[in-house]
Amino acid sequence: MKSIIIDDEKMARAIIGQLISANKNLNLVSEFSNAIEAIKFLNQNKVDLIFLDIHMPNFTGFDLIQTLKNPPKVILITSDKNFALDAFEYECIVDYIVKPITPERFNKAVQKAMSVSSSNGVTKKSTENETGKELYVNIDRRLIKINFESIKLVEAKGDYILIKTEGKNYTVHSTMKKIEEKLPDDLFLKIHRSYIINTKKIIDIEDNSVLIDNDVIPVSRSNRPELIKRLNLL
Amino acid sequence: MKENHNLAYLKELSDGDEVFEKKLLDILKAELPEEIEEYQNKIRSNSLSLVAENVHKLKHKISILGLEKSYEIASNYEKNLKLDNLDLQIEFEKVLNNMVEILKKI
Repeated sequence: MKSIIIDDEKMARAIIGQLISANKNLNLVSEFSNAIEAIKFLNQNKVDLIFLDIHMPNFTGFDLIQTLKNPPKVILITSDKNFALDAFEYECIVDYIVKPITPERFNKAVQKAMSVSSSNGVTKKSTENETGKELYVNIDRRLIKINFESIKLVEAKGDYILIKTEGKNYTVHSTMKKIEEKLPDDLFLKIHRSYIINTKKIIDIEDNSVLIDNDVIPVSRSNRPELIKRLNLL
Repeated sequence: MKENHNLAYLKELSDGDEVFEKKLLDILKAELPEEIEEYQNKIRSNSLSLVAENVHKLKHKISILGLEKSYEIASNYEKNLKLDNLDLQIEFEKVLNNMVEILKKI
């Protein structure tokens, strides 16, 4: 796996670099002492795994993840286990290691990164070029066509997802992760672990929620920056 | 009382590679004074949340030297700083001095 290290502490970079070189599954392609330089690199180069420090001056590890459109897998590195809960908000984060990093713990995290389905890092499709304009869902043994543009939002409902469209609602046995991969990312955005919305259907946004038709949808703190970025703000 | 260091972690990491062990110690010797200076500047600026960030960073180096009690002091000091409280400042600064002394001897 092509890997990079992002940590402002030279000592940490040296240790992680050593652990990477001792692991035959990893290839260290570059290392960065700040997030901004790393973002520039990631915009031009594909990597499979980032070893990312959370605590960095000016721009934290979480800020970096939010900036990337399709972040690769991430192993968080920090001296503070209190951030573990925040880490669960991001699908790309496969593990979380508290400094000082032992070889055993490091290799366990790498193993986890390798075993995570590659679907996490899948490049999402655009509306027309690759996926067409619709998707088919299996309901009562019938494949029903739903046009992307008619979908208002998708809501997680346990083992099911509820797809709300202009005309009617469909309850489908599937997961948020699966449908997220099928939906074009220029139209849809996950704004909460239980909601994906069609951004063209937004009526208004207020603090931590968006209004779509009559539905008030919560926006999680981690997804809010991406939502704001999508808006054509005056 | 000054806590004694323990290089077991560095030895585990370097796995007998003395060159690498020396490289890590050299980085430690170079980076620690910079971080201590940064810490002192932030203390002077009286912005305790920034001091907390600095202490947070220093904790890694404390752990690398195997200074377990000192690490606990640093963790509690970091918590205090986040609450705008300077309790344990003197104890923490003794830890820093002890680290400087240790690195002079290694």
